[in-house]
Amino acid sequence: MDLYAEHILDHYHHPLGKGKLATPTVVHEERNESCGDDLAIELTVEGDIIMAVRWQGEGCAVSQAAMSMLSEKLEHMRTEDAAALKPNDIREMLRVPIGPRRTKCALLSLHALKNALLKLHHKPSQSWAETLGE
Amino acid sequence: MRSLADRRGEHTAETCYSGTSMSMDTEVIRRQFPFLTARGSPCAYLDSAATAQKPQSVIDAMRQQEEMHTANVHRGMYPLAEEATAIYEAARQSVQSFLGAQAPQEIIFTKNCTEAVNLVAKSWGKANLRKGDAVVLSPLEHHSAIVPWMQLAEHSEITLAWVNMDASCAYTVESLRTTLDTVQAKLVCITGQSNVVGVRPPLKESIEVAHNAGALVLVDAAQLCVHHPVNVRELGCDFLAFSGHKLYGPTGIGVLYGRRELLEGMSPFLTGGSMIREVTRKGFSSAELPQKFEAGTPPITQAVGLAAAIKWLGQYPWGEIEAHERTLIETTFAGLQSIPRLRILGSDDPGAISGCMSFVVEGVHPHDLTAILGDQGFCLRGGHHCAQPLHEHLGVPASTRISFGMYNTIAEVQAFLPALEKAIHLLSKS
Repeated sequence: MDLYAEHILDHYHHPLGKGKLATPTVVHEERNESCGDDLAIELTVEGDIIMAVRWQGEGCAVSQAAMSMLSEKLEHMRTEDAAALKPNDIREMLRVPIGPRRTKCALLSLHALKNALLKLHHKPSQSWAETLGE
Repeated sequence: MRSLADRRGEHTAETCYSGTSMSMDTEVIRRQFPFLTARGSPCAYLDSAATAQKPQSVIDAMRQQEEMHTANVHRGMYPLAEEATAIYEAARQSVQSFLGAQAPQEIIFTKNCTEAVNLVAKSWGKANLRKGDAVVLSPLEHHSAIVPWMQLAEHSEITLAWVNMDASCAYTVESLRTTLDTVQAKLVCITGQSNVVGVRPPLKESIEVAHNAGALVLVDAAQLCVHHPVNVRELGCDFLAFSGHKLYGPTGIGVLYGRRELLEGMSPFLTGGSMIREVTRKGFSSAELPQKFEAGTPPITQAVGLAAAIKWLGQYPWGEIEAHERTLIETTFAGLQSIPRLRILGSDDPGAISGCMSFVVEGVHPHDLTAILGDQGFCLRGGHHCAQPLHEHLGVPASTRISFGMYNTIAEVQAFLPALEKAIHLLSKS
């Protein structure tokens, strides 16, 4: 299956969860400087449950579709489970082959999520190496 | 699910490429490049501004060097070592003649063009630039001609001054003069040809204006020397850098040309073996030019490959090369211009563009575009092309670049344009 499968292009053209929250608990933005992909994630967290997810962003189809699909998956997830998501979970979610060239596109959403959750708990951001699990 | 190629239809890069143009027979040119003729690797290689494919004669010369002439240079007393040294120094003379330099001592072999610029920054720059001095750049510069000066500025109180330009990316002598009037310029770093928008600053006039203002000039000729003859004495530049791999030669070799008296006054850049006259427990003294700047075993095989590339290129008159590449640029420009929501960056005059051009498509990211085109065998680069200040100047984060070598054909361009339109259509939000 190729990278630009119909479900990827569908999410890119009609993204889910794109927008802003009225009163987010936490907002966090990450960029891939080398290609200009940009994602800002907003979460409303009640107790330890992610009640709402919205995001804004620009960039390639892979980065935007991944964020769209991830935002759908995150609603009503426990923050602990969200923080435990791994690159492979995103790969499985995307269901298309992600080569080395596009890894950071695909995982920018995960990187933004991880650092949003760290910010929520008043902890410093993690590096790309940590997000990639290297 | 159908494959992407199926969905997009028939325009794959495998179908087409041959053809002639003007008096240069591209079919003859292409036959000399194993990559372009090999079965199983059919693609339209439209990324020669990043690196060029290599003709068989370059590959053969390097293999023969490795097989038959391997010995270190400037060392052994045996005949083979002498032979290797003679071959290496003959390669230097090829470059000297290619650039029209006065003496072989003015040709320094480096790892690449980037290292050549770093040599100037870290040797000449460090010793000669003082508080308040300025290095003049323009947004057209490649990162390799910008960052070494930024790094130098971190450790000294020199400033970087930028020549203004408009959205057409025209580098004007007037704008350079204005910049020179406002700063204490000691060096002007100027590209011979943009690696993004393909425009050429007026080199000779700019060099004259810079000299009148008391500044030296370093020319980044990495793109220019592949598409246009360069003569350092006619230009009057003080330093000039280029790399082998964009000139149909190998990677791992670059060249710094420097005026002899300047190079003689400079300290070594890298130190170690080869570059010394004498080492005692107390210290060292440097070798004469050019060894002073060639520490360690040099890229011998790569120098042989570069000389072979220069020889190969020399078979074809520049007039024919330029006429052929002109038709490629003009055909591409006209084709791109007719695509809705596509904006060609920089000049709106194809006559002002050489070697490459870049574009953006509203709502479509260059990485998606180049990935889809890549799957069909069209090799183009998407990104900032190591020129972020230029993209900032143009107000876009990234672009798609199409660039040409002598081996590209009109047929490739004609196959590329509809493939591009289909890829744009696929990625566009309906």
